[in-house]
Amino acid sequence: MTERPAVVQMRGITKRFPGVLANDAVDLDIRAGEVHALLGENGAGKSTLMNVLAGLYRQDEGEIVVRGRRVEFHSPRDAIAAGIGMVHQHFKLVPVQTVVENVIIGMDRPRFVLNLPRLEREIAALAGQYHLPVDPRAYVWQLSVGEQQRVEILKMLHRGAEVLILDEPTPVLTPQETESLFDTIRRLIGQGKAIVFITHKLTEVTAAASRITVLRDGRVAGVTTPQETSPQALATMMVGRGVSFHIEKEPVRPGEPVLVVEDLKSLNDRGLPALRGVSFDIRHGEILGVAGVAGNGQRELAEVLTGLRKATGGRVRIAGHDVTNRSSRDIIEHRVSHVPEDRLGEGLVPNLSVSDNLILKGYRTGALARGPFLVPSAILDLARQLISTFDIDTPGPQTPVRLLSGGNQQKVLLARELHVAPNLLVAVHPTRGVDVGATEFVRKRLLQRRAEGTGILLISEDLDEVLALSDRVAVVCEGRIMGIVPAENADVTTIGLMMAGARGARA
Amino acid sequence: MSNASLGLRLEKRLKPSRAIAFVVPLASLLLALVLGGAILAMSGANPLVTYAAMLEGAFGTPAQWAQGRYYNLSETLVKATPLALCGLGIGIALRMLFWNVGAEGQLAMGGLAASAVALLWGPGLPAPAVLPLMAAAGFLGGAVWGLIPALLKACLKVNEIITTLMMNYIAVFLVEYLFYGPWRDPGGYGFPGTAEFVPAAWLPRLGNTRIHLGLVAVPVAALVIWLVLARTRWGYEIKVIGENPRAASYAGINLALNIAMVMVLSGGLAGLAGMSEVAGISHRLQKGLTVGHGLTAIIVAWLARMDPWKTIVVAFLVAALLVGGDQIQITMHLPAATALVLQGAILFCMVGGDLFIKYRLRWRGAARRGSAPAREAR
Amino acid sequence: MDIAMVVSIVFVAIRAGTSLLYATIGEVITERCGVLNLGLEGMMLMGAVTGFIVAYTSGSVWLGLGAAMLVGALLALIHAFLTITLRANQVVSGLALTTFGTGLANFLGRDYVGLIGPRLGSAPPPVLGDIPLLGEALFRQDALVQAAYLLVPLAWFCLYRTRPGLHLRAVGESPQTADALGVNVARLRYLYTALGGMLAGLGGAHLSLAYTPGWTENMTNGRGWIAIALVIFATWNPARAMLGAFLFGGINAVQFAMQTTGLNIPAAFLNMLPYVATIVVLVLITWREALSRRVGAPAALGLPYVREEK
Repeated sequence: MTERPAVVQMRGITKRFPGVLANDAVDLDIRAGEVHALLGENGAGKSTLMNVLAGLYRQDEGEIVVRGRRVEFHSPRDAIAAGIGMVHQHFKLVPVQTVVENVIIGMDRPRFVLNLPRLEREIAALAGQYHLPVDPRAYVWQLSVGEQQRVEILKMLHRGAEVLILDEPTPVLTPQETESLFDTIRRLIGQGKAIVFITHKLTEVTAAASRITVLRDGRVAGVTTPQETSPQALATMMVGRGVSFHIEKEPVRPGEPVLVVEDLKSLNDRGLPALRGVSFDIRHGEILGVAGVAGNGQRELAEVLTGLRKATGGRVRIAGHDVTNRSSRDIIEHRVSHVPEDRLGEGLVPNLSVSDNLILKGYRTGALARGPFLVPSAILDLARQLISTFDIDTPGPQTPVRLLSGGNQQKVLLARELHVAPNLLVAVHPTRGVDVGATEFVRKRLLQRRAEGTGILLISEDLDEVLALSDRVAVVCEGRIMGIVPAENADVTTIGLMMAGARGARA
Repeated sequence: MSNASLGLRLEKRLKPSRAIAFVVPLASLLLALVLGGAILAMSGANPLVTYAAMLEGAFGTPAQWAQGRYYNLSETLVKATPLALCGLGIGIALRMLFWNVGAEGQLAMGGLAASAVALLWGPGLPAPAVLPLMAAAGFLGGAVWGLIPALLKACLKVNEIITTLMMNYIAVFLVEYLFYGPWRDPGGYGFPGTAEFVPAAWLPRLGNTRIHLGLVAVPVAALVIWLVLARTRWGYEIKVIGENPRAASYAGINLALNIAMVMVLSGGLAGLAGMSEVAGISHRLQKGLTVGHGLTAIIVAWLARMDPWKTIVVAFLVAALLVGGDQIQITMHLPAATALVLQGAILFCMVGGDLFIKYRLRWRGAARRGSAPAREAR
Repeated sequence: MDIAMVVSIVFVAIRAGTSLLYATIGEVITERCGVLNLGLEGMMLMGAVTGFIVAYTSGSVWLGLGAAMLVGALLALIHAFLTITLRANQVVSGLALTTFGTGLANFLGRDYVGLIGPRLGSAPPPVLGDIPLLGEALFRQDALVQAAYLLVPLAWFCLYRTRPGLHLRAVGESPQTADALGVNVARLRYLYTALGGMLAGLGGAHLSLAYTPGWTENMTNGRGWIAIALVIFATWNPARAMLGAFLFGGINAVQFAMQTTGLNIPAAFLNMLPYVATIVVLVLITWREALSRRVGAPAALGLPYVREEK
């Protein structure tokens, strides 16, 4: 195959955020008429790299060359002016306006009066040219997700984009819509456009890509083509290492199942299936880790199990009781604890004090309340006790939680959720944004709970952490469990393959 | 966060300082006084003399106090009573992020309900029962009026700012209809108002001032609210809902029920204010019941940061401002509206100054090289 | 009730509703860009007093109108500065504006009560004014009223069929989207808030220079609040706002007519009607919005827009 000239070259791109090196001297060539797939797991740096290219971020080092000329982007407008347009995962559309209106927002022409019939014809023609069927006069809220995505693509094409970046475009689409998207992509490259396709799904990569760059930990792990590689090789490049650390886990004999999930189905916020029939169980004294690329149903799973989201099918049983679709309060009463992903948004009340936060679940009962009144002395005692047991670094129990460091906030959350000796603990990204010392602490606590008989569902995007802490690991992809394997001596490549869509064994 | 047009940047303060939380409102107040003074000066009035006259109008002078003449101070207290009661009610609703802009209407309905008791049953009931019944009716009247928008919000998610605002006018017109129409005083020579209540329906007054028993309700109400917020499960739920509704949902706190309950209390307090106005001041239902207390009380509640004790203090100060303004009509031939100008200026400055408690100004360019524009999230 | 009476009612209703209409259109524009300005009463009253004072002093009605527009815009800019740049709460800032505006207006106008100043007379356009019936009702009005006939379709057209109108609506519905596409959200919000204030001031000036005329304390008498209700009643649509303004403004005229036909609805209930109607409309809109998203408040109304912060 002849080498086509590169339309865009990214050379040595490095981008740092506080505490993390998101891109480390990354090179990327984008050629006209090609689909370049950007593959990698969570945190590999794919989105960051593309945000740099699309003008949302400025790189710390390195340069971008477009058609042979070095460019500097100060904003997305500059990138679009250079012919680079990005279609984000979360669409940027105005629902109550029409397709035409959405496509032309922010453009300099037409100057004043909108000749809607003419614009509609223009957009319709563009849509026809690239096979993006959509009614220009429809309101965006009337459109399906696939159609909305087409509007986003049209927006970029209308502005003359020659390079289109698609950020994980398929998770929100039905299979038919995905087919349609690939059809569109074929037409686009047929007409000389260049497409960068960010994904974590191997099936898509092998089906559509002309060229593949795999990122891992911010660096380029490999550049290849579908012909020259195999799913295993790609998976290895994606996850590519043995388990990097071990934690001393005492062997625990798991007891009776505390959580049984049968064929669980649920929808996400957009009304699309997020869980497509998930089944597993967790026993007392066992940690089941959930591995997978973010956005494959993990969040929805945690929410269904804690009563924050409706299940549309299947059953959930906790300690033998059917708790499917019960309220969160009922589920709390079945001794289920939850350490949520968004600790300040969902789990804690930032402006209230440490002690106020510590009683959020238990304030109705026991020693903390006497009729309609709260018992301040009991609350203070509990707070002091928990602060000491969980080693929370705070000036005092009355300090507002928002003033604590991320690690200490997580400890407050953990203290509240763990001290009630729950049957089941659902922990989502428990060490995210938490300093090293607190991370240690959190992991030790989880293991301690495990030893004391709690069943734990551990969802984390840190594969190492999942492998180190769990007894078994379930790998999810697209709302299904691809396989459940024992964590000990797990083959990382197999797990990588399952994360990317291949089916595996069940343990 | 950048404000591209000014070259300045706003940066969140890492540690809120108590000093700043104290200095900023004070500075805002001073700025407002300066601005108000400028307006006065440009209009031909001497600011300092005017301010002094307002102070005297609000409180009286030590010389007068020595003679046992407390008229001005008493008028301030009289005006502060409904402001404080409404402010307390608005404050607790605001804690839950429910904007009760309808205190005026709730006050009117409370006055209406209390008047109904006084006019229709007053003469027939045993004397000691009348006032308590009127108070209960007043509370209930306001509570019901506040409950309607609450239910609309809780069940149908209808914006409460608009519904409470509209309900004000409906209530005011309803009251007007009654005292111009069916309840009009037959012997009143066309004066717009009902007949005077029987003496049993009069709130006792302090000495020869107009300070009435309703004033006692103020600290009592503040105490109740403070207790609820600090010591009860309900108060805890209110605080959690106001600070993080999602966490409240997770903990199983029932939002709809709480909205309803809080508005019963909030409307009820305003209704009680209405009752105290008709039973303590006018002794009839007449024109002049609704003079804007409801809106002023929002300002009071907001300035007091919804704290019950601060609400009493702020209500007192705002009342002083208004009474001072009334008085300079007589002493300086300046319109009472002067007080409103000042009040507006103070509020503007406070509202604007609020930002600086949480953020500080920084010149742009401090850390620009190699760093990304505003969107830094991963 | 005969034809002459109907014509007379329509005439009065239009005349009474014009000041309301200007304020409402102004607030529609402001709210469409996402800013809630509850200070209408203050801006209108300041427009009334400024218009009167300047017209009285200078002898020119037109200077008075110009001054009223300027003052309205300036007051609105204070609100804009507080809420957009300083991110203050829009409800409280609006109330401050009302308090300040009404106070200042009454303060400035204290020496002008009862004076007689220049007024805007009837200005019938050449042919239209002579149309029987219709001409009497619609075209024998003063210049501001007739300008309103043009303002409404102009506002409608600009809002829905021009690029600035598109951006205005986008900023009020989804500022993040507009911002991402290069639209300057803050600048547009400042502009349209000021424009809204300008129209409110003009509405107030109509009262003191045409309708009443003259200056009395608190002469707007709550019209600012009615305008706020009217914006919702009209579902943020300039055309419906016109209908509502003449309806609400003409309530008293309708009441008078009803008395002559023997229908005796107490004034109070007629007065309540706009407010009840607004609540009903709001409930319907909110309920439908939950179902379908058709007609509703601008999605970002009342919320300050800040680019993602850490």
